[in-house]
Amino acid sequence: MKKVINNPQNVVNEMLEGMVKAHPEYVKRLEGFDVLVRVKEPKRGKVALVSGGGSGHEPSHGGFVGEGMLDGAVAGEVFTSPTPDQVFEAVKAVEGGAGVLLIIKNYTGDIMNFEMAQELAEAGNIKVDRVIVNDDVAVENSTWTTGRRGIAGTIFVHKIAGAAAEKGMDLPGVKRIAEKVIAGVRSMGMSLTPCTVPAAGKPGFKLLEDEMEVGLGIHGEPGIYKEKIKPASQITKDLMDKIFTDIKLEENDEVAVLINGLGGTPLMELYIVNNEVDKFLKKKGIKIYRTVVGNYMTSLEMAGFSISILKLDDELKGLLNYKADTPAFKQL
Amino acid sequence: MVTRDTLIDMLNKIAETIIENKEFLTDLDAAIGDGDHGINMDKGFRAVIEKLHGVKDKDCGSILKTTAMTLISTVGGASGPLYGTAFLKASIIAKEKMELESEDIIRMFDEGIKGIVMRGKAKRGEKTMLDSLIPAYEALKISIEGGDTLTQAFDKASKAAYDGVEYTKTIRATKGRASYLGNRSIGHQDPGATSSYLMIKSLANFLSN
Repeated sequence: MKKVINNPQNVVNEMLEGMVKAHPEYVKRLEGFDVLVRVKEPKRGKVALVSGGGSGHEPSHGGFVGEGMLDGAVAGEVFTSPTPDQVFEAVKAVEGGAGVLLIIKNYTGDIMNFEMAQELAEAGNIKVDRVIVNDDVAVENSTWTTGRRGIAGTIFVHKIAGAAAEKGMDLPGVKRIAEKVIAGVRSMGMSLTPCTVPAAGKPGFKLLEDEMEVGLGIHGEPGIYKEKIKPASQITKDLMDKIFTDIKLEENDEVAVLINGLGGTPLMELYIVNNEVDKFLKKKGIKIYRTVVGNYMTSLEMAGFSISILKLDDELKGLLNYKADTPAFKQL
Repeated sequence: MVTRDTLIDMLNKIAETIIENKEFLTDLDAAIGDGDHGINMDKGFRAVIEKLHGVKDKDCGSILKTTAMTLISTVGGASGPLYGTAFLKASIIAKEKMELESEDIIRMFDEGIKGIVMRGKAKRGEKTMLDSLIPAYEALKISIEGGDTLTQAFDKASKAAYDGVEYTKTIRATKGRASYLGNRSIGHQDPGATSSYLMIKSLANFLSN
């Protein structure tokens, strides 16, 4: 294992310290907890948004704490859900009297830990609701699996539900918006290399020099198939075809696009993919309303990317345009 | 009968076994999950060993509750809430008791499994820890009710749990991250079923010595 770290046991702690020192105008750390919250006091009467999950996906989720997006982010160990006491602490810290919405990615551990935190908060008379993001079309959504995973599409939920909360919607309203985004967003990813969890010290899986894995999760879970590497145009088409089997889009529909890097792929390649996505959508007569390209939901040093497509309507467009000012996402 | 001193010894034995098998459990998880099971369980049970020092003079319920809360707040992932909930449910049966009868242990086991079912929304046959725990519980109950000693009962429970782990190799996961693999999960033993088996085996070994 070759990593710029001090001690595998201390990566999350040291990363959070570094994040706070990089963005002191945005975030602070709750003392004694792996929780980042907005540096400003909670706004009275605003629904607060808390997300989180395992670390290793930076800038998710701490990088999205700030005006127009999250109020708090909880960091678990690398690729491991945070524990209920940590989530509960975040809820207590950001709650401003209008309730708290938990934005959870669909993983068994995340759901259980956030659910226990919700039970703790409700026992303390804090109104808490939750939404579960499941945008990854690589996983069959059937009774035979845990359901689709939550991946990069989560960023759109943070952005749009965050705007709804900032505009003063109540908890059921913000939840409705978040669920509308979840219903309209689909993602699919691929990878060229595995990644190494610091505490494990070795890669989670193997890929040959000329192989890629399609449908891979953001925790290095094996994908749906391995095959020989192809040109960007063909890879993009394969992913987009799969996305289109899962979401109904017609000519003149408007979408937002997120080309998300997994950590080890240069922006140059992400832009090449974006160019292909643009061609693909134009051919179908689908209008691109907004494009976001960059590393938003990473998987440590993994090389690869995911494409997320969000179907928009006027309500979602308005909220997408609303101001967001966070360390890792700005909409000015 | 199990005194509270014995209970603490048993919990320490479970913890030592999990710590010894950190790498093994992580490797099993890397094959079909995200490769953190051993790492997280190791961290949790190291914390349990620390915390047990502080509850030596408490009742069996408090000892188990401390174990539960420590696992819930240190393990993370799915195993933290699941094992934590199991120990928490068991602690309710053991509340204010200074020693546990075999009947208490059967009930604790039963309540613990019900807690896991509730929290994980899983059932037997989905390639989870329930596939070793439920057969182990059944074997334990039959054995004790048939007049066996606790030592004999745990020996049978351990064998049933082992068979449960073997069974998980033959089935497809429908819960947890391994479910994303579809049929590719067949052939691999479930890491959660394995850690449950290791716990029961460590108790069987402890009691027979």
